Amino acid sequence: MSHPYLPNTDADRAEMLKTIGVTSVQELFADVPADARYPKLPKMPRALSELEVWQEIQTMAQRNANLIENACFLGAGAYNHYIPATVPHLIFRSEFYTAYTPYQAEISQGTLQAIFEYQSMICALTGMEVVNASHYDGATSAAEAAILAINKLPKRNKIIVSPTLHPEYRATLRTYLAGKSLQIVGDEKLDAPLEQVLAQHLDEQTACVIVANPDFLGAVRDLQPIAERTHAAGALFVVSAYPISLGLYKAPGAYGADVVIGEGQSLGNPLAFGGPYLGIFATKKEHLRQIAGRLAGQTTDTKGRRGFTLTLQAREQHIRRERASSNICTNQALCALAACVYLATLGKTGLRQVAELCYHKAHYAARKINRLLGYRVDLKTEFFNEFVVECPRPVAAINARLRAQHIIGGYDLSKDYPHLGNAMLVAVTEMNTKEQIDAFVEALGQDAQRQRSSYDHRRE
Amino acid sequence: MSDKPITYSPDCKYTETHEWARQEGDLIVVGISDYAQNQLGDIVFVEMPPIGDTVQAGKAFSVIESVKAASDIYAPVSGTVAATNADVVNDPALVNQDAFGAGWLVKIRPSQPGEMDKLLDATAYQQKVEAGELK
Amino acid sequence: MTIVANKPEPIVYELGAPGRVGAVLPECDVPLTPLPAHLTREELPLPQVAEVDVVRHFTRLSQKNYCVDLGIYPLGSCTMKYNPKINEEAAKLDGFTALHPYQDPADAPGALQLMYELQEMLGEICGLPGVTLQPAAGAQGELTGILILHAYHRSRGETQRHKVLVPDSAHGTNPASSAMSGYQVVQVKSDARGNVDLDELRRLADHETVGLMLTNPNTLGLFEEHIREVCQIIHDVGGLVYGDGANLNALVGIARPGDLGIDVLHSNLHKTFAVPHGGGGPGAGAVLVRRDLAQFLPAPVVVKKGKQYAFATPKKSIGRVKSFYGNFLALVRAYVYLRLLGKEHLARVAEDAVINANYLLARLRNTYHAPFGDRRCKHEFVLTGTPFVEKYGVHTLDIAKRIQDYGFHPPTIYFPLTVPECLMIEPTETQSKESLDEFADALLAIAQEAAANPQILKDAPHTAPVTRLDDVKAAREPVLGYHS
Repeated sequence: MSHPYLPNTDADRAEMLKTIGVTSVQELFADVPADARYPKLPKMPRALSELEVWQEIQTMAQRNANLIENACFLGAGAYNHYIPATVPHLIFRSEFYTAYTPYQAEISQGTLQAIFEYQSMICALTGMEVVNASHYDGATSAAEAAILAINKLPKRNKIIVSPTLHPEYRATLRTYLAGKSLQIVGDEKLDAPLEQVLAQHLDEQTACVIVANPDFLGAVRDLQPIAERTHAAGALFVVSAYPISLGLYKAPGAYGADVVIGEGQSLGNPLAFGGPYLGIFATKKEHLRQIAGRLAGQTTDTKGRRGFTLTLQAREQHIRRERASSNICTNQALCALAACVYLATLGKTGLRQVAELCYHKAHYAARKINRLLGYRVDLKTEFFNEFVVECPRPVAAINARLRAQHIIGGYDLSKDYPHLGNAMLVAVTEMNTKEQIDAFVEALGQDAQRQRSSYDHRRE
Repeated sequence: MSDKPITYSPDCKYTETHEWARQEGDLIVVGISDYAQNQLGDIVFVEMPPIGDTVQAGKAFSVIESVKAASDIYAPVSGTVAATNADVVNDPALVNQDAFGAGWLVKIRPSQPGEMDKLLDATAYQQKVEAGELK
Repeated sequence: MTIVANKPEPIVYELGAPGRVGAVLPECDVPLTPLPAHLTREELPLPQVAEVDVVRHFTRLSQKNYCVDLGIYPLGSCTMKYNPKINEEAAKLDGFTALHPYQDPADAPGALQLMYELQEMLGEICGLPGVTLQPAAGAQGELTGILILHAYHRSRGETQRHKVLVPDSAHGTNPASSAMSGYQVVQVKSDARGNVDLDELRRLADHETVGLMLTNPNTLGLFEEHIREVCQIIHDVGGLVYGDGANLNALVGIARPGDLGIDVLHSNLHKTFAVPHGGGGPGAGAVLVRRDLAQFLPAPVVVKKGKQYAFATPKKSIGRVKSFYGNFLALVRAYVYLRLLGKEHLARVAEDAVINANYLLARLRNTYHAPFGDRRCKHEFVLTGTPFVEKYGVHTLDIAKRIQDYGFHPPTIYFPLTVPECLMIEPTETQSKESLDEFADALLAIAQEAAANPQILKDAPHTAPVTRLDDVKAAREPVLGYHS
């Protein structure tokens, strides 16, 4: 029965049972109902050796079409960015990834200082004053922002969401708040501009307005007027930001955001089929007492040396139980560490460079696609690295053909935004070379041409 | 927790949730008891209600935080908030140092006469605390 | 090594110099497009550090951490077991990391198969066949579970139910999750043996009861001796029993929560199934339900049609609780772990976890006070330091800090709240007998020090990178970021 994860041998066990004062291990389970003990588990597979598991898992991994062998133009909230070698090298040090939450501060200074540095850099990026040690992802950060707003403004009961906030964020928000008597409005008409949404809904019952910049369809705009209108109604303004874009664009704090949330995956975390990701949550000092989750703070030890500790935990669930501001406990600490190492590595000039590469490559791609017969891109709309392409036929069919050429096409908008027709959301990052972009554009052109000729053929 | 003996100011009335209340002219001054501050440990933050807010006897109207706990503060009497102690906001340690004096929290203009009479006097409160009847 | 670890490490902003870079990116290979000046920023206050200094900085920081790979990490209810290295290698495979969540599921058959098979294995181990892998953590699993209870009662038109019963020994997340869902939390007392007080439970359970949130074994490390009756009382009033699976490590292969009467359960894959804790996360909080409750699970779940795997939305789904499908790389690790254990070793995990805990308890109970002295524990146990306060003025906090000097991580302290001066110890099955002896010897030596020289405990730790930190200062004058 030897197993590498179970160090104690039968002899060890016998000796320990003797010290305990029982004759068999079964005695230790005497209070478990007898008829339920030692179930058969017929569907549980038999044990494999490490070598066999390794072979099996490699085969499973290889069956997936990975983004190293395929060019990726898919984004929609999760982006294919380069991860410098420092990031995996450092976060996979045992001292980081096999540690627990830093409750024993004296022997967790590494984690605590890293969280403090993460908080500092996200403050710089977002233009906010306080950042927590993370939520689960962008979607749950959005839900937590709404919860902050209703805790801060308990007499208000309305949350306004932009129609171009990520559809999964809107869905998550609704699930999270299902038990509270709140109105979540704003996305009834998916093509309504923000001004119209506010005109219809914004009032003295509104706790917050949640928008995205760039929005889900890639558009970037000056949100200062929206922020001002929101504040005039006494509500909080929440901006969901794509952190790489903040290497180039104004920080949301500069145009009036009270809370900045976002999906932090792009900062050094792999796409990994959707997780683990990083829920960024940043706000102003005046909301310090409403912020959920962990915060690392600077202080001194008994010898006067600088040190770090978890602070402002009195309102967290382990102390305040049903009166806590949120139930969050385990967070995405290692993903925050990845973001921290990523930002430290790229630094001031590197992040700007990544953002500019995304911008230029995306605009190059957009112009080329717009020149193709049958495709159209609205080049008048300001965008960062993602844009909507009107296509001549359903996106699923186009993407199937692109796949044969080792290209993962853009996001099919037909389900979430049906009013856009055959529309593809295309994302371009620094990972896409000019050759890849040219090949993608050519493949799109060929697809349209083939359709036209088969149509002509049928007509003849 | 400090090792100083707990005091029970005889000129105050008390709630079972450890607030004290003292008549001062036509206002009621409210704070937390010396026993409560000792249990909470170092107070780090006091959230004050806005002046003019209506409070209801027995209902939470504010929160006080130490390093290890966040505790609701319940109104001993109903009324409106007439004043809050700005010194405590700037230096929450005042609650630890002088719970019945400089560490007062709010002044309430009472709306229901007679509510003060329903509160515990110092002796009764002390008895309940020492008997372990109050959490 | 200690010399490096104990040297103060500058904050990353204090390193480097203007013009230094940690990474170089390719030249732009496409024609440039003018930048929108009215939208762009001028300031980007990030560090400017060369790669070598980034690496040294974070390496030095890492050396200021204790971790499972250094030694025992006996935090109660945290299940800090060893994290097998093959799990990490699997989670780094390109076919898993370089995979976009919105790729056509037909292009990710390996990923879907892995998720499906993990659902099947967890369902089998827990005796609850409906499984979602979406929740990112235990607390999110709890919220998911409570929302499933909500949807279940609503589907039966029982909207009057608004009370969730929670034992006083529960993790703080239980009441917090219930409250987040808009429910009233009603605390249930424990009896003198550490079980749920059955009379109190009967008195509290009624037609307004949503359900009971039960951790079993509970946070005292005690198995609920009347588990079937507890579940029956709740079922009799039409409520459901939610199992907090944080302590599932005591039961894997020994008993299935579903067979004991639990209706909905979350399992922390980062506890029981060896996913590393990452300094606080990410974890994964799979939720498992009775077959008839599977229609309420969050969307999407993975289904198998013939030989194909696909995503599906359950009929009366509560919606989604986060983006995408869950913390996928955590799922990869849990899958690999379970394949290596197989059905043969599952029960041995729980057995060894329970033997290890009882062994430590046996070695410590004559020196430290065990409040539930006559009962055997499961995978963890609690001790109280009250006698040390009375005799030597030494608190549990002092004992915990002194443990650091002996080179070990302290146990969970001051939890559960129902036990004063509590030490909550969970060694896990991955500790050898010798390592348990070393830990027990340290605790016994500390008890002697408490009598002979209590000050050495009160000033501890003496060997850590910093001494005790001023938490009051940190909270009164919060400094939460670097400002030059």
